[in-house]
Amino acid sequence: MTTAKTDEVVKEQAAPATPSDQRERDRMRRRLARRRGGGWWPYAFLAPWFVGLFGLTIYPMLDSLYLSFTNFDLLTPAQWVGMDNYSKMFADDPVFWDSVHATLLYVVVSVPLKLALALGVAMLLNRDLRGIGLYRAAFYLPSLLGGAVAIAIVWRQVFGGDGLFNDFLAWFGIKGQDWISSPDTALYTLILLAVWQFGTPMVIFLAGLKQLPKDVFEAAAIDGATPVTRFFRITLPLLTPIVFFNVVLQIIDAFKTFTPAFVISNGSGGPLNSTMLYSLYLYKKGFTDLEMGYASALAWVLFLVIAGFTAVNFIASRYWVHYDD
Amino acid sequence: MSAITPAQSTKSPFQKLRSATGSRRVLIHTALIGVAIVMLYPLLWMLSSSLKPDTEIFTQPGLIPSSLRPENYSEGWSGSGNSFSLYITNSLIVTIGAVIGNVISCSLAAYAFARFEFRGKKIWFGLMLGTLMLPTQAVLIPQYTIFYNLTWINTFLPLIVPKFLAVDAFFIFLMVQFIRSIPRELDQAAMMDGANPFQIYWKIILPLMKPALITTTIFTFIWTYDDFLHQLVYLQQNDKFTVPLGLTLFLDQTSGSSYGAMFAMSTLALLPTLICFLIFQKRLVEGLATSGMKG
Repeated sequence: MTTAKTDEVVKEQAAPATPSDQRERDRMRRRLARRRGGGWWPYAFLAPWFVGLFGLTIYPMLDSLYLSFTNFDLLTPAQWVGMDNYSKMFADDPVFWDSVHATLLYVVVSVPLKLALALGVAMLLNRDLRGIGLYRAAFYLPSLLGGAVAIAIVWRQVFGGDGLFNDFLAWFGIKGQDWISSPDTALYTLILLAVWQFGTPMVIFLAGLKQLPKDVFEAAAIDGATPVTRFFRITLPLLTPIVFFNVVLQIIDAFKTFTPAFVISNGSGGPLNSTMLYSLYLYKKGFTDLEMGYASALAWVLFLVIAGFTAVNFIASRYWVHYDD
Repeated sequence: MSAITPAQSTKSPFQKLRSATGSRRVLIHTALIGVAIVMLYPLLWMLSSSLKPDTEIFTQPGLIPSSLRPENYSEGWSGSGNSFSLYITNSLIVTIGAVIGNVISCSLAAYAFARFEFRGKKIWFGLMLGTLMLPTQAVLIPQYTIFYNLTWINTFLPLIVPKFLAVDAFFIFLMVQFIRSIPRELDQAAMMDGANPFQIYWKIILPLMKPALITTTIFTFIWTYDDFLHQLVYLQQNDKFTVPLGLTLFLDQTSGSSYGAMFAMSTLALLPTLICFLIFQKRLVEGLATSGMKG
């Protein structure tokens, strides 16, 4: 289809430059420059994304903000109630505070544990061992399956009264209990599930470790630095950009956790709201109780909290994240 | 096996120091095997429970069943009301639709971001990255009202159509990074030959970005297949249920009677993801490791 044109170009280049060729080439160059800008082309390629951005993100965000000041049950038109939803949330809704408590505890305990384990295992894997690919695969698999309902079902049974975990404890002569139905421990089974899925940050840590300059470690080893010193003085500082990346990602992820909380408590958030993670409460308010105005207010608070956490992370990162350049 | 491990033809003194101590190697292997057992044991337990008689699941802790009961699978499959085959069909429709949508819409957007200069590009790109961090819960309710007004509730459309609108910014980002690594000279040569930007996208960029498209396909498949929240919200009648929703029916009904069937269907439900994982293990791990790094 384009052969004729190609021939033409080849002929032009072979022939000595005449004024008309020069003009032709200038025209081509201008055309190239224009193409880089692309006129309306980039907008055509972005059209689906624009529709998605405005129709499914920006408009819904604004709509949600509006709904958060209304009583709205989906079936009848929204009624403006001002700040009622927000004041009810903070002053008059103990379940909201239960969910905040459960969620913060979940985030604050599971994220550091998960990242520490991910980094530890990545350090172990960061050497030329036989079967390293198999280990990596085995450690990553639970993370890939993690979001599945099936895994949450298994977890529910593992930590139930006659589940696998109690069998394990029995080996050591410890008498277990029903971890899922005790309000003191139910949330920790969810935390353990999150920690079990350390594979994603582990893979990212491993990729980061591979890129560290070897000569620095050699020099330190020759100078007699112990492995512990090398870890804290060299590995960790050089790795801070990746630690930061993982922290941001895992915090956002932890705030969004829904499936295991839903499955383990049968959608109730129980016992005694101990597994009422924020996303679950939002779902219940919006789709079980049809209090969509209130749920929109919950959604905006979640959005602001995550944005706040991320912003604080970015600001704090100036003080502890080291970049090469 | 491990492509991330750099080729080490010449060993430095430090590396010799590290690899020389054989006893440390044993120690490391022991530690890693220990972790691997803990990681995989719950999965093996599920598999073994799926083959045990109900009476044995919680009384006999070992992995090897004293008697096999494959009927768990047939009983779970016929389920109650609808057969599991219906849920699997529904899941397939949703996931295949989502994969096609993501591959098309995200690659189009990524090509625009990677190859064109246009007004406000930085702002649009920033917005795209911003949506990466936006929790889906924040827009769940207004999106629901939109689909409700379109009378799309209890259809697969709310699960598929958004994917055609490039809402999964993660994949746009991944593809932008990939396209940037494709030499621009190829586009320019095609342009000289008179190709328009769409032809360049279709005939040059798309075939060359196959690795990124495969990564997108696998992750979209697995994440959509496992996405419980949206399916729970949008699919309301049993005949539209997908695999995760079908599984939750066991939770409601299992009052101590059919644990074996529940584990059997849980095992089956994980099978597509497991197969994906076994086939694409290396690509999955690398796709993940690189996507976050180049930014």
